[in-house]
This record gives sequence, C-alpha cells and structure tokens, in this order.
Amino acid sequence: MNRRLRDVPWAIAMLLPSLALVAVWTVYPLMRAIQKGHFRCDVTGKKCTDQGWSRYVDVFQSDEFQHALGVSIKLMLLTVPTGLVLGVGLAVLADKHLRGIGIFRTIFSSTIATSVAVASLVWFVLLQPQIGVLADMFSDWFPVLKNPGLLNDAGTALLAVALSSIWANLGFTFIIVTAALQSVPRDLYESAFVDGAGSMRRFTNVTIPMIAPTLLFVGVVLTTRALQTYGEIALLTGGGPNPQKPTTTIPYLIYGRNSIISTDIGTKSAAAVLLFLLSLVLALVQFRGLEKRVHYGS
Amino acid sequence: MAADTARGARKAGRYALLIALAVVVLFPIYAVVLQALKTGPDSLDHPRSLLPVDLTLSTIRAAWDQGDLGRLLLNSMFVSIVVTIGVVITSLLAAYAFAFLQFPFKGPLFVAFLATMLVPTEVTVVINERTADSLGWINSYQGLIVPSLASTFGVFLVRQVFLQLPGELREAAALDGVGHLRFLWEVAAPLSRPTLGALGLFTFLGTWNAYLWPSQVIRGDRAHETIQIGLERLKNSDISKINLVTGGLVVAALPIFIMLVLFQRQLVRGLTAGAVKG
Repeated sequence: MNRRLRDVPWAIAMLLPSLALVAVWTVYPLMRAIQKGHFRCDVTGKKCTDQGWSRYVDVFQSDEFQHALGVSIKLMLLTVPTGLVLGVGLAVLADKHLRGIGIFRTIFSSTIATSVAVASLVWFVLLQPQIGVLADMFSDWFPVLKNPGLLNDAGTALLAVALSSIWANLGFTFIIVTAALQSVPRDLYESAFVDGAGSMRRFTNVTIPMIAPTLLFVGVVLTTRALQTYGEIALLTGGGPNPQKPTTTIPYLIYGRNSIISTDIGTKSAAAVLLFLLSLVLALVQFRGLEKRVHYGS
Repeated sequence: MAADTARGARKAGRYALLIALAVVVLFPIYAVVLQALKTGPDSLDHPRSLLPVDLTLSTIRAAWDQGDLGRLLLNSMFVSIVVTIGVVITSLLAAYAFAFLQFPFKGPLFVAFLATMLVPTEVTVVINERTADSLGWINSYQGLIVPSLASTFGVFLVRQVFLQLPGELREAAALDGVGHLRFLWEVAAPLSRPTLGALGLFTFLGTWNAYLWPSQVIRGDRAHETIQIGLERLKNSDISKINLVTGGLVVAALPIFIMLVLFQRQLVRGLTAGAVKG
C-alpha cells in the first residue's frame, strides 16, 4: 500500500468516535438551528412558515429579544468588573509569605467547588424572606430584603442574581490570578524597589502589566459565563418577577419553562443562533488576547 | 526596635483583613450548612445564633428521604464516571490519530474539529433536545451520557502532550512490530498520565455540575434525575418544606468538596495550564 495512505484505515477508526459524536451533537444542531431559524411558528408549534434570512432581523429586533439582550448585558456589567476587582484584590492580598497563608488560599478558592445549582440555591436560601439569614440580618437597612425579598422585587432581582454569580466565580478568578502573580519574576519587583517605587507604583507598573494577559483571559471567561447564564435564573427567579421580567437573559428566553417562545422552535433556533454570534465575537476577542500572551513568554 | 513594631503592626493588620475577607467568602456556605444542622425540616425560620451547637441531622435526613437523594447521587455518580471514562478514551484515540498518523487533509480536519469548540451548549440544546426525543432518549441515561462522550478540548489537550513525546519512541516501537493500539495503551497513555488526570477531573466536575442539558433531557423522572436537577424539585415542592433545600444542598455539595480537597493540586494545575503559561 502507498506509504502516504497506509495509516488511513487506522486514522478513520480512531477518529470516528470523536468525529461522529461532534458531528451529531454539535455541528448538526448548529446547522439545523441556522436553517430552522428562518421559520416562524404559531402557538401550537406545528404550523411554521419560512420567512428566509430576514427572520433573523425580525427576531433580533423583537421586543422579547431586545429585552433579554439588555438583561444579559446588564448582568455582564454587574458581574464582570466587580468579579475581576474582587478576585485580583484577594489574590494580591494572599500573595505574601505569611504563616498560614495556605488556609486563606484554600478558603478563597473554595467557591469553585459549587455548581451552578448549589451556588444559586445557597443564595436562594440566604435571601429567602422567611428563612433567610441575610434577609433578616440586614432588613433594618434594606427593608426590601423582607418585603418582598431581594429576588422578588423587580428593581433588585438582577442584583441578587449578580451577587450569587460573583460569589460563585470568585474561586475561579482567585486561582487563576494567584498563579499569574506567582509567575511574575521576583527580580522585577526588586529592581522597581531599588528604583524607589512604592508598593502602589509596583502594583500599577509591574504587577498589572505582567498579569494583563491573564486578566484579559479571566475577563473573557467571566463575560462568556454571564452571557450564558441560565441555571441561576431558572433556580433563583424563573426570569421574573413578572410582568417586568428583569432577569430573563437570552438563554432563559430560549430555554425557560414558562418562556414566551417556549413552543416556537423557529424563534428559539433564531435566538440560539444570535446567541452563538455573540459568543463568537467574544471568542475572537479571547483568541486575540491569547495571541498577545505568546509574546510575553520568551 | 521601632521598625520591628511597625512591621508587626502591619502584619497584624494584614491578618485582620485576611480573616475578615475569609469570613465574608465562607459565610454563605457556613450559614446554610448551619441552618441545615440546627433547624428541623418544618422550620420556617433560621437559627437565632450562628454558633455550631445543638445540632441535628433531621433536616438532612428528611431531605434525603423526600428528595430520594441517595438515588440521585448514584445517578450523578454513574453518569459522571461513564462520561469521564468515555471522554478520556475518545480523546486518546483521536489525539493519537492527529499526533502520530499520516492521512490526507489532516491539518484542515484538525482545524475544523477545533473550531467546534466555539459552539456553546446553550446554542445546541434547542435541536439536541429534539434529536434525543426522536431517539427515545428523554428520561434516560443514554440521553444524559452520549452527547457528552466526546470532548474537542480533550483531543486538543492530549494531542499537545503526544506531540511533545520524542518521535523515536513510535519509530522504535514500529520497528519492533508494536501496533498502534498497543503503543497507545502501553507507552503514550502512561506517559501522559498527569494530563489525562486533569482532563478526567475536569470532565467529571463538568458532568457532575451540568445543569442546562440535564434539565431539558430529564423531565421529572426520578429514576434518571441527577442531583443538580433534584435540588430544584426540593425547592419547588412545598413552601412549608422550604428548609429541606438546606439539607439537599449539604448532600449535593459534600462529595465535590471532598473530591476537591483530595485533588486540589491537580485542579489548580489543570486550571492554570491553559491560562497562565507562555
């Protein structure tokens, strides 16, 4: 057999499981969703009419999608900057050789052990107006905690969701930033110290530039997670409180049990494809950040 | 002397700040665990003090019985273990082909394969739910397991390690008449054990913690429900039993906390491998 083709049967056999699974459960659903997105269906979900590519524009401009897009962007703005600042602050504070610092590092990493469901329900319990400890502790300053409850008030529900996400993601940010801080060469700090730079100057002129690629990476991961927020909404608010629906994110609009488009496979597909395009833009930003990081190494 | 005291004071201040922040970060978990251990299943209040005294297991026991949590833990365990083993195997096989075998269109195929990493679950579930439905996989283990059995990220990760193995290894083995599968199983896989460990750990955690897909493919069938989905049922069951959620949370979170304490180093290594190096 030709040398070049000798391996082909083996290659096919070894690639088949992965390629077949990815084809059926990732590529096919994406293609099918792009095609289904052309359709608009009636309430029964059975009768659908082909409206072509313009259907995507219609869905994008629809009140429901615009509203969900706004909620998703608000959630990003509430969670990403705060999460980054808190994670970096904790990591910098714990990046010193102190006795027992390992215990603090373990504690600050600990929220990585919580799943979406566990983290969300922890906050659901804490904020529940009747049985929640937090609801009780701070109700004198914030009466909304007891009546109607942070999650039940249209003005504060998204804030409560953001609180839960920030806390749940803190462990991840802390671990990654801690590792980045440890990879900063110590002699850079020493020469900055010799040059008379105070601790604030050393932080802004040495630490931040050296860990900038990592910060970008964490920022993009947190942004992607915010954009894909579904479980937190399903467990904490169900997209409500109604009728304002201030916590209906794009994924919740698509998958929520009581969502207004839950029977319309066409509109759901179109919304999913639009969500994909948004994720794609974010991923490209991420790859550009990764490219930049390569220059820092050697 | 004065410098020593100043340094001591600064150190004490830093410890005070660290302890205060540790309390804030741990408070949510501590408060909920304490609530599970101090109040009964029918309680409509939280503990009056946050000291760990007068503990009872009655809420956890009631949550365990009413939520059928033993069964759900087994479901989660079974699904996560099968997916983890499956992902490691499919990743090893495909990575081997991309790293050691010659075949036409290898480069473009690899790039196309990698590109599928850009498609998030949140996009594919709309159609995958229908595919699962037409296969009769709603409320089944197959529905939970099969769609997760391949990992593009896993193939990428293992291929990276394979490419770093010396090329002479495969050549020498081929001269000795060692076939591909034996070389993969006896040489390449053992040499990439740390990476396979990290991949396994992340696959296990990801599957255990998954929410969106299980919530769509399992519709109220306790025989196949995962623990994450079961928690939602506990929450929605009955407002007078709302405190059961605290017991369910302890049961659901405990295995993962134990696992992460055991595998902390692998977790940190795995998390930071992609993010920091370079």
